[in-house]
Amino acid sequence: MNQIRRILGIVWAILGPLAIYLMFNQAVSKVVAANSKIAAAVDEAAKVTAEAAKLNIQMQWGIIILIFVPIAFGLMIFGYYSFRGEYDRT
Amino acid sequence: MTQEIDKPSTIWKVIGASSVGTLIEWYDFYIFGSLATILSKQFFPEDQGTAALLSTLAIFAAGFIVRPFGALVFGRLGDLLGRKFTFLLTLVLMGGSTFAIGLVPGYKTIGIAAPLIILALRLVQGLALGGEYGGAATYVAEHSPVKRRGFFTSWIQTTATLGLFLSLGVILFTRNTLGVDDFNSWGWRVPFWVSILLVVVSIYIRLKMQESPLFSKIKKEGKISKNPLKESFGHKTNLKMVLLALFGAVMGQGVVWYTGQFYAQSFIENTCKVDFEQSRTILLWAIVAGTPFFILFGSLSDKYGRKWIMMAGMLLGILSYRPIYQSFLNDTSAAGHSALLQADKTVLKSQLISFDTKDAKKAYLVSKVDSVYSDGSVFKYTLTDTLYFTEAASEKRAEAAVLAYQSASDSAAPIAYAAVKAAAGTTGKDTISVVTSHASVKAAVGVEKSMGSSIFWKMVLLVFVQIVYVTMVYGPIAAFLVELFPTRIRYTSMSLPYHIGNGVFGGLVPFLSTLIIEYTKTPENPAGSPLAGLWYPIGIAAVCLVIGILYLSNKIDEDVSDDENEFVHA
Repeated sequence: MNQIRRILGIVWAILGPLAIYLMFNQAVSKVVAANSKIAAAVDEAAKVTAEAAKLNIQMQWGIIILIFVPIAFGLMIFGYYSFRGEYDRT
Repeated sequence: MTQEIDKPSTIWKVIGASSVGTLIEWYDFYIFGSLATILSKQFFPEDQGTAALLSTLAIFAAGFIVRPFGALVFGRLGDLLGRKFTFLLTLVLMGGSTFAIGLVPGYKTIGIAAPLIILALRLVQGLALGGEYGGAATYVAEHSPVKRRGFFTSWIQTTATLGLFLSLGVILFTRNTLGVDDFNSWGWRVPFWVSILLVVVSIYIRLKMQESPLFSKIKKEGKISKNPLKESFGHKTNLKMVLLALFGAVMGQGVVWYTGQFYAQSFIENTCKVDFEQSRTILLWAIVAGTPFFILFGSLSDKYGRKWIMMAGMLLGILSYRPIYQSFLNDTSAAGHSALLQADKTVLKSQLISFDTKDAKKAYLVSKVDSVYSDGSVFKYTLTDTLYFTEAASEKRAEAAVLAYQSASDSAAPIAYAAVKAAAGTTGKDTISVVTSHASVKAAVGVEKSMGSSIFWKMVLLVFVQIVYVTMVYGPIAAFLVELFPTRIRYTSMSLPYHIGNGVFGGLVPFLSTLIIEYTKTPENPAGSPLAGLWYPIGIAAVCLVIGILYLSNKIDEDVSDDENEFVHA
């Protein structure tokens, strides 16, 4: 069981940066898509709506990144400890 | 140490004083969330509906995000100055800020200052809540006799659910007493004002309590931590337990809790379109039936250990969320009810026409139609149709248009464009060109559903099942966390993972689930996949389950008066 914990430690340690990458990737792609909508707006009203949507997307992803990045670091540390056998039982 | 406090009368006083205060804090915190839609209209510009709601949600999230910071600030105080003083302070802050929210003038009166003040008060609420729970749970646990810690701390665990119950009850009572219009106009403030009465009573009770015996003991011996934050998170020996608590227990507990209690109600109201009152009544009944299970599972955890009860709750949630929510959708869908439609009882209740203030050739016809079904369900449709006139809209033309609509809507189904156009064509000298299409009528359909008793009780049962999962993961968790950390830094160490797990992972379930559904929306499927939002709690609970099963120990630490962390769970 200790061996499984140690191996899984690698998984948790990788999951942390992976989560950060996915979050940034999603955030960037959503903002880019929102910019495209603003550029494609046919009139002023549509442009205002698209800009408001972009603001919402930025806000949402800003919140998510702000709070989950430190947690993802925590998961990396957890994985590292696990890999080093800190959670082994005798 | 525990023997001298093992008197039944003492422990029940401790539980009473702690629970009442914690319950009120939860009440204060929940009324904001429960009234989010109304608050968004009061404190944000009216012409930005979605932006306003998102702003309120952001504030709601801010309330959750600052909870971990509250855990650090007040956890530190609790480990330095004592449990009693600290959770008195959090109670005053929470009560004061809640009462103040009820006094803030709306956006129409003070403009942008309104949302800014609300945001500040909400942050204070979040900070206070972050400090409250850890103090109450620690206080009760440090008074509890050996082998009964799960049972006694489970009373504290009921307060979060009962706080929600109380907030929903006060909101429904106020709304029914004042009427919907008055409630939406000013009556929503009443539940915030009620808070101050509850807080005064709770402060009075708490002032009469003594400091925790274990804290008093280490204080007397000069063993109080000089820097609880550094000891809790700066040293590997304790940090690894904090991380284990978060990723192996509290993270999953948080999402199971918020899915069962909040996402369920939000889904029933916003996705299934069950009306305001019934969606809340369903939750109230489920809470009433489910609350005793906190005590049951807390007590069982004293006998069988904390771990497997919590893990079972997570596993059941992972396996059953999608079938449960699919059942909500099926039972409340119009398609599922089509065979039960009673056409003779389906009536056009009212029609109102209003002119567009900016476009003289435009008017809106709002028709209210009730569809009655043989199982007792009533679906109340509001059909908003846009009428375009070739000349400036006048009362006479509008009248003719309404007559045309009425003649075309005898089945009370969405009004047929062809029939309307035909009727409009026979109105003589008033040339009415109704160019609206059937598609636009459909797009403007709003619906509120009141479900028949059989479906109502089935939904109560399904929410109750989710509440039972909540009691399995949440009932034993206070005892579990208390046993994980030494007395000198217990308040700080247990508060942070608790509030990250519940405040961040759990508190953002409605927000992130809604976000996931947004991303499933396509031109072909504009509503998106309503069940997609469940992947967030299911995924988080699954990771937590794996970590919990592999890393946590089921052993119960009998002596929590230890001064050092003995790694009983690793």
